[in-house]
Amino acid sequence: MADLSIDFAGIKSPNPFWLASAPPTNSGEQIQRAFDMGWGGAVWKTLGEPVVDSSSRFGALHVGNERMVGFNNIELITDRPLEVNLREIKETKRKYPKHAVIVSLMVESQDDWREIIKRSIDTGADGLELNFGCPHGMCERGMGSAVGAEPEVLKAVAGWAVEYSTIPVLVKLTPNIGDILEPGVAAVEAGAHGLSLINTIKSITGVDLDKMVPYPVVGGRSTNGGYCGPAVKPIALHMVGSLGRDPRITIPISGIGGITTWRDAAEFIALGSTSVQVCTAAMHYGFRIVEDMIDGLSNFLDSKGMKSVNELRGRALSAYTEWGELDLNYKVAASIDPQKCIGCDLCYVACRDTSVHCIHVGDHPLPAGHRAPSRDAANARAKETGIHVTWVDWDECTGCNLCAHVCPVPGCITMVDDTRGKPFESWNDRIAKGTAKTVGGLHD
Amino acid sequence: MSPGADDRALAAARLEVAIDDAKPNYTTGEAVAEANRCLYCHDAPCVTACPTGIDIPTFIRKIGTGNLRGSARVILSANLLGYSCARVCPVEVLCVGACVYNAWHRTPPINIGRLQRHAVESALDDGSAVSLLPRAKANGRKVACVGAGPASLACAGYLALEGCAVTLFEKRELAGGLNVTGVAPYKMHVDSGMAEVAFIRSLGVEIRTGAEVGKDVAPADLVRDFDAVFLAPGLGVDAALGIPGEAGPGVIGATAWIERLKLESNYTLPGVQRAVVIGGGNTALDAARELAKVGVPDVAMLYRRGEAEMSGYAHELALARKEGVRLVEHAAPAAFVREGGALKSVTLADGRSFPCELVVVAIGQGRMRELLASFPGVTLDAHGYVAVDPVSGATGNPKLWAGGDGIGGELVVTAAQDGKRAARAIAKSLGLPARPDSPMNAGH
Repeated sequence: MADLSIDFAGIKSPNPFWLASAPPTNSGEQIQRAFDMGWGGAVWKTLGEPVVDSSSRFGALHVGNERMVGFNNIELITDRPLEVNLREIKETKRKYPKHAVIVSLMVESQDDWREIIKRSIDTGADGLELNFGCPHGMCERGMGSAVGAEPEVLKAVAGWAVEYSTIPVLVKLTPNIGDILEPGVAAVEAGAHGLSLINTIKSITGVDLDKMVPYPVVGGRSTNGGYCGPAVKPIALHMVGSLGRDPRITIPISGIGGITTWRDAAEFIALGSTSVQVCTAAMHYGFRIVEDMIDGLSNFLDSKGMKSVNELRGRALSAYTEWGELDLNYKVAASIDPQKCIGCDLCYVACRDTSVHCIHVGDHPLPAGHRAPSRDAANARAKETGIHVTWVDWDECTGCNLCAHVCPVPGCITMVDDTRGKPFESWNDRIAKGTAKTVGGLHD
Repeated sequence: MSPGADDRALAAARLEVAIDDAKPNYTTGEAVAEANRCLYCHDAPCVTACPTGIDIPTFIRKIGTGNLRGSARVILSANLLGYSCARVCPVEVLCVGACVYNAWHRTPPINIGRLQRHAVESALDDGSAVSLLPRAKANGRKVACVGAGPASLACAGYLALEGCAVTLFEKRELAGGLNVTGVAPYKMHVDSGMAEVAFIRSLGVEIRTGAEVGKDVAPADLVRDFDAVFLAPGLGVDAALGIPGEAGPGVIGATAWIERLKLESNYTLPGVQRAVVIGGGNTALDAARELAKVGVPDVAMLYRRGEAEMSGYAHELALARKEGVRLVEHAAPAAFVREGGALKSVTLADGRSFPCELVVVAIGQGRMRELLASFPGVTLDAHGYVAVDPVSGATGNPKLWAGGDGIGGELVVTAAQDGKRAARAIAKSLGLPARPDSPMNAGH
């Protein structure tokens, strides 16, 4: 069984699965129970001047029958007295010495930072996470993403924290910026020991059309909140990968954003994360989800012959490149399995209306010289069953992938290599050879 | 559901009330969840399978988006009797049987009937149904319909929407035909059938009940006084076996018995412990299931051939068996045994005997030969059905069209389609201006 333990800037954790600083980590009771269920670490819900929260405070994006594809909150930092949190952190760390306990912090003045960092370190916590990411409420008070969105301010405040701290300092980044490298590099320059990202995205999840109030409704009003959950995973992966492949980022990354399964976690690790943090999935299904995260990641690593999760880290980074470096001679074509097709024809209508109309049904004529490997089998099954089995003209297909995404039947549409021996040639190669130019660009 | 204008004719204490709705209306949440399962197929096989050609994926999608009015409009355009069809159609062999999910085996087919009921019932309940469909101005043309069953209701409703003055002549005190007198109560109770009649009436259709053509109204007068006449008188009385002992208490025809069950005040089955249903069609299955559901302990279906030859639906037989009905195959009744007039048993040709207190004879119904033949130019085929053009329902008389059971129809939905096609043909024959948004042009 693969070794899942990690060392994150000196913070040891039995596995890479941490609960993110959020409602699931609001108290010692919750975190201790989560540790009992298998979570490797937890980032305590942000300490600072206790707040008063609104009611309600969560919004969600439901898509069809899928609940909470996206999630947002307008909850602020901890609403509990600092002394209570510090006492519970100390007790938790004492009871769970091998788990990672990280304290998230957000205060305003330099003196406040000095004070709260000292008191946090006194609990025996393993590290600190600076909340420079919260994009709602706290930023109106000059904190959270108000800090994270300004690299110079971030650098200054992170610099204080690094100076005052004797334990690792993680900077939590906000995605509400143009280029994640700017705050990421600023944090490294400030001497931070790790990065965690992404915090939530500024969002409105919907509008109550009867009340004409956005969600979540607070009386007759609402406000923008922080967006998270499965829907933000692609945004988070891009930002994590951008930092992961940049040579200036020399400190470990804790990946956050829609992680629900071991597979999501593996993807974040493959793009350079050392640990991952989870919130929405735990809020949706409870702490128990970590069991399959551990089990699934372990089995995956075993199946790939990796002895440690550390071998997975960054594995996909070298393949993450610029568009200009992609092989323009590589070609795939859609292959529809006539035996699996149920005849919904979603691929047909999607291709017809929004792509190249290379998917056909029945006796649609095949132009001379065109290849359609499954045409006969598709029409035979259609005749036998009455099912509207679709087939693809491979010489019309551009390999765009759309059909494979809309098909509801897993494994029915696969993309098959149709490169036919053409050599690698990228756009940049073509520019270099002079066989391509950027229309309207400098070379035009 | 609140019944229509003639609800005063409906007795409260009807035996059918003891039988629960087998598929109650979905709640909003249930309907949306079921609608969201629909793949929204292109060129969907469910539409092909619907005799009226309702655009099923479109109406289901509208339920999913919360657009119930739009959904009801899509349904009612293609089928003005979309409400009763949603409840009484053998969907297992029509739309649901054609659902692409049947080819997948991963998930059951969409409950199209229940979704259709949800959308139309909502429009009938809130009174919006009457305003959903675009209506032409009155054109002064007069159309008569003989009978007020599903075929006439559909034909009348569509022509009323085109601006015709349509009058239905119904010999019973209640309009609705078999939707009121004959539908199995676990599919639809009388009040629901009457609510649909009220909807058709609200489109401007006049229904004269207690007015029997051929007795109270002369066929020649109809042909003279109206611009067009639609003949849909249904079928005649239940056929008899013609065996000894048949006449007398305890032996009754199936449609007559079901009508008593559904409409008669305080009708009960005192002393009936064993009931026999003779026949193997869907009416026989309905009667057998109804007997079981109202509490008759022993219900036997006697069928002269084997199960494989039964014209009744296999899915209905399976349900009947679950409810305790037993099928007796190769059972040819030879005589009814009576003691002092009271029914004691049925004796078969092979000597088997079935003690019973009630026999329901479901071996078909007679034809309305005399009535139909009294219309000049109308000819009957060898089965006693009106000979019509299969596309338009036109008879040999240019002022007369026909549809429903009287032309050999089998289902409410085929009757509705007969009515729609005749409405199109009548509108054309009367030279009514074509409207691009005519509801009657929707569907097949």
